[in-house]
Amino acid sequence: MRHLISAGELTRADALLVLDTAEEMARVTERSIKKLPTLRGRTVVNLFFEDSTRTRISFEAAAKRLSADVINFSAKGSSVSKGESLKDTALTLEAMGADAVVIRHGASGAPHRLANWVRGSVVNAGDGTHEHPTQALLDAFSMRRRMGRLEGLKVAVVGDVLHSRVARSNVLLLHTLGAEVTLVAPPTLLPVSVETWPCQVSYDLDAVLPKSDVVMMLRVQLERMNAAYFPSAREYSRRYGLDRDRFARLHDDAIVMHPGPMNRGMEISAEVADSPRSTIVEQVANGVTVRMAVLYLLLGGSEPAIGGIA
Amino acid sequence: MPDVQNQARAVLEGPDIHRALTRIAHEILERTKGAQSVVLLGIPTRGATLARRLAERIAQFEGMKVPVGTIDITMYRDDLRLRPARPLGRTDLPPDGIDGRTVVLVDDVLFSGRTVRAALDALNDVGRPRAVQLATLVDRGHRELPIRADYVGKNLPTSMAEKVKVYLEETDGRDAVLLIKEEAR
Repeated sequence: MRHLISAGELTRADALLVLDTAEEMARVTERSIKKLPTLRGRTVVNLFFEDSTRTRISFEAAAKRLSADVINFSAKGSSVSKGESLKDTALTLEAMGADAVVIRHGASGAPHRLANWVRGSVVNAGDGTHEHPTQALLDAFSMRRRMGRLEGLKVAVVGDVLHSRVARSNVLLLHTLGAEVTLVAPPTLLPVSVETWPCQVSYDLDAVLPKSDVVMMLRVQLERMNAAYFPSAREYSRRYGLDRDRFARLHDDAIVMHPGPMNRGMEISAEVADSPRSTIVEQVANGVTVRMAVLYLLLGGSEPAIGGIA
Repeated sequence: MPDVQNQARAVLEGPDIHRALTRIAHEILERTKGAQSVVLLGIPTRGATLARRLAERIAQFEGMKVPVGTIDITMYRDDLRLRPARPLGRTDLPPDGIDGRTVVLVDDVLFSGRTVRAALDALNDVGRPRAVQLATLVDRGHRELPIRADYVGKNLPTSMAEKVKVYLEETDGRDAVLLIKEEAR
């Protein structure tokens, strides 16, 4: 059985197939009847062990638009709070006949373990600080729609790379698709292994901005920070926040992205977030169409058309 | 695997296809009283090409532009689970939509009728046409559903062991309809 656990396991052909399929799905979401009969009789379980608004709603909307049955499971108020293990939860889902399990979990690697316990497809909706492949796919889709291409595109990913599954998935996917990624962060917010990633690294945002076509701001993940990674929020914002002055240094066609939720005033100023060159709201809409594409390609046939084998 | 010998025979050549489409264009004009409220919708890939050619013919004969578009039926197929998920084709409706219009569906080969059934379902989700008609370049028989074509380029009696392949200039570099016999030896 095939799954979508890491953006790194998608080949260039797979990734382009997802983006092209999403392009057709986008046309469906523009019409008055937004529903397709394609996944009738399939069951998709949303298994969320961590808080999430947009990702869970996005997967739910995507599955429903394809006529799949959706079962939402959040750890709060479930048997997990009584101490049930991930494996036992998985076996319960298996018994209910889930064709796909969309999982968000605080522990890196949880989706990979789950893939060994269930027969259905596993879709990683964010595991710890590891990966969030559908976010990377929707980001690539949003970039391609705005900029018209991905090949040779210069993308700066700025901020809390250390705690960001979005950054890792984006670096892997964008590299596969031919874009050039530069990570910009204070040294304390970069993972130790970053030199093995297929990207450039810089500590100086002001030097990178004028050369970038896309600037992706990452959320400062205070909830995952158990130590002092920078002296103060104010100092972080002064050096790595995207405010009006820095925004003015971008070239005229460059766009600003953010995976959400934003800390307005911290990594991005309200003015920049609400500018017409910000794709933040588009990214949410594109999230549904990209996830429709992923679910279709995993469940729409006798066997999945994309993804890796766990 | 048994040895398979393919015998291909051209049943229609370029000029035959040209004449068949010209006749269908005239028939559409006749039957729909001048094609006033007609929309041509091709089923990708080759049906879409044929729909565009028919629109060109009608424009030549009557000097009017018939709205033309495409409707992809992949996500409405009844055999999705028999094969891995397929890539999607393009659905491109004319700007004024299909509500209240006479939609002429255009496909290259009419066989089981299952594609047409899927197309009727797909149409249902994008609007409410006044009537739906069907044009096909080749009708090879073996229907599995109560569906028939209104306009047929050529009726081609075939056996189940044969395959019909349509080549068109725009996608394949030449115009021809081949009847391919697969003989196991």
